[in-house]
Amino acid sequence: MRLILSAIFALLVAMPVWAVDADEMFADPALEERAREVGRQLRCLKCRNQSIFDSNAGIAKDLRVAVRDRMVAGDSDQEILEYVRVRFGDYVLMKPPVEGHTYLLWMTPVVLMLLAGVGFAGYMRGRSSACADHTLSDTDRAEAQRILKEGGAS
Amino acid sequence: MIVELGHFALCLALAAAIVQSVVPLVGALRGSASGMRVADTAAQVQFLGAAGAFAALTYGFVVSDFSLRVVALNSHSAKPMLYKVTGVWANHEGSMLLWVVMLALFGVMISVFGKMIHTPVRAIVLAVQAMIGVGFYLFILLTSNPFDRLPMPPLDGQGMNPLLQDPGVAFHPPLLYLGYVGFSTAFSFAVAALITGRIDPAWARWMRPWVLIAWSGLTAGIALGSWWAYYELGWGGFWFWDPVENASFMPWLIGTALLHSAIVVEKRNALLTWTILLAILTFSLSLIGTFLVRSGILTSVHAFATDPERGAFILLLLFLAIGGALTLFAWRANKIGEGGVFALWSRETGLLVNNLLLTAACGVVFVGTLYPLALEMVTGDKITVGAPYFNQTFLPIFAFTMLAASVGPFLSWKRARKDVVLRRLVVTLAVSVSGTLSMSFVWLGFDAVGLFGVFVAVFLLVATLQDLAGRIGLPGVPASVALRRLMGLPRSAWGLYLGHTGVAIAAAGVVVVSIWSSEVILTVKKGEPVRVGPYDYTLMDIENTTGPNYQTSIASVHVSKKGEALTVLFPERRWYPVEQKPTTEAGIETRWHGDLYAVLGDPNGQGGFVVRYYYNPGVPWMWLGAVLMSLAALISLADRRLRIGAPGGRKLPMPQPAE
Repeated sequence: MRLILSAIFALLVAMPVWAVDADEMFADPALEERAREVGRQLRCLKCRNQSIFDSNAGIAKDLRVAVRDRMVAGDSDQEILEYVRVRFGDYVLMKPPVEGHTYLLWMTPVVLMLLAGVGFAGYMRGRSSACADHTLSDTDRAEAQRILKEGGAS
Repeated sequence: MIVELGHFALCLALAAAIVQSVVPLVGALRGSASGMRVADTAAQVQFLGAAGAFAALTYGFVVSDFSLRVVALNSHSAKPMLYKVTGVWANHEGSMLLWVVMLALFGVMISVFGKMIHTPVRAIVLAVQAMIGVGFYLFILLTSNPFDRLPMPPLDGQGMNPLLQDPGVAFHPPLLYLGYVGFSTAFSFAVAALITGRIDPAWARWMRPWVLIAWSGLTAGIALGSWWAYYELGWGGFWFWDPVENASFMPWLIGTALLHSAIVVEKRNALLTWTILLAILTFSLSLIGTFLVRSGILTSVHAFATDPERGAFILLLLFLAIGGALTLFAWRANKIGEGGVFALWSRETGLLVNNLLLTAACGVVFVGTLYPLALEMVTGDKITVGAPYFNQTFLPIFAFTMLAASVGPFLSWKRARKDVVLRRLVVTLAVSVSGTLSMSFVWLGFDAVGLFGVFVAVFLLVATLQDLAGRIGLPGVPASVALRRLMGLPRSAWGLYLGHTGVAIAAAGVVVVSIWSSEVILTVKKGEPVRVGPYDYTLMDIENTTGPNYQTSIASVHVSKKGEALTVLFPERRWYPVEQKPTTEAGIETRWHGDLYAVLGDPNGQGGFVVRYYYNPGVPWMWLGAVLMSLAALISLADRRLRIGAPGGRKLPMPQPAE
């Protein structure tokens, strides 16, 4: 089944089809803008990393038409995404849903920023303590005078 | 015959690389000058071999020798000469050959221009370069030999993907590889530092020119690829968060961090271990990028399994190089002390924050790129991590990075005066907020996210100019004095100001085009005007003609604003009969504020044509910004070349602070 499907897809892709045909578009610009927002969130199943909105593939066009049909039927954006997802799986969503197997993915930026923060704090505690005292001790001052007099050292 | 000589030259390069990876290293460890000297000869022989092999393959493409498998599969006798030549690296085998040629080139350049580098360090650097080389020569000869002959040569070749028959993408790989491969030098210097235990300002200074070249090339390469996508794919997109793009973006992010942390090593002898780690990571990410792109694993996990030889080989190289370097790092890093101390408010802190943010941003891209692969391998679940994920996670971190880049140059080394910095920041804030608001009123309109993005970019631009003004004494001194000081600024300071200006301009362009572009797709008849943003586009005529190896329809689209004719765009639709593929060439007119952009589609059979019309504000700024960044690195390089000869670990007294 998979083979047949991909063969059909391959045929469709081979034809010079245009992404978003003029004939499928809504006349109402606001509605059309919404169709695109939704289209950008759905992946063309045949392509490597294109949304159905950007893809020339036949399957992408079919999905775009389906999205437009759902919009006409009065579905909200979320309902449309869910409608497509039920049929094609999570793979079809450009933005992965937040659930069991994607917690790690969605936590990544938070964890990384926390790590950066903790690392920074730890490092600075070690680094800056020697700088905390804003006045020079007498020995330091004498040393500084000596270096300044000699010149050259940076 | 020439092709066989090329094959032989490649084997010779391998032999030279084997010698180069062993003898100088042993020489350096035993303190034998003659052993270390072998590195230079070997590097030169290796380069001659690799370059000879590359020249022979180019010859094969130029004369269309279809008994060569790569030529038969990827070229065609009717192709224009330019694309016969660039076709050499537009395929797997040839591009890997280009990879090793670049590697050998960096080796020989270090050997020729790096005479002032402490000899044992240089010997080890060249040895490590050669070790990487050995791995890749073996990879090419054993799994991807471009010199394979066909027993039954075809009459003509299968041609090259017409999308790639374009000047922009033709020079994208060499520049990208200049970056990828150039970062190998940072890796080698890091390994050398770990082996010798010597890391000091001089080390950072030796390494810096090579990192600058690599970074400049990578920046230009990424921009060129993005530019190509923008005008060739025909729907105005320029960055897709595609894994292949991410593969080149990750080394860029960490490479940028490395460029900045190396400054701290050089100026203040601090962040030593961190810099070593970044140097290793940058090249590791280049290797991972090569693996991702070359193994086929990105198309699907299964593509990797059906042709595992190449993927497994690169994976092995990856483990050896990264694993080896990180093991060495874990073993030796504690020998490296942390140098100078600094206060919370200091340039060092600013650069450290920039480093952490860039690293976190890179981490997000890394996880987002590899997560679907990992998940599918572990659980079999297939998910997509597309642009919305990266936009939501990467962009906020990068906005912080840009804010840090704005504040950083205000801070002085070691300990900055907080009150002075804050006073200057108030000015920056006031100017940039009013600048953003006036752009919003006069031109852009309102969009909260968009305006915040514009604000961040303007803030960086204002801060950079403000710092430059302060540096040359404005507004306190007469213009003539300021001008003289401006001319007297070290090249590296120019690198800072141009580079940061480039980032600000490019970022502003990205934000503006992402939020405020206008797009119209529809079927039009000749002479029918269409409103696109503030402009009217009218399709006037379509002319059919032929190019060197394609047929084409060229449309003329007249653009006017309020009835006043502005220009004519010439979008093309081409058909390549050999490859049986169409391509689109967008008709673009660049103005300082944005691009007028038209694409021609199919006729509808009733005298109408499908067209895509765009007004893309901000796009030219992206390219300008990228050019500035790339140029900034080269200018900075010119500064370093003068000073690279400074001997030893002690720094010469500097009249001007420079970065």
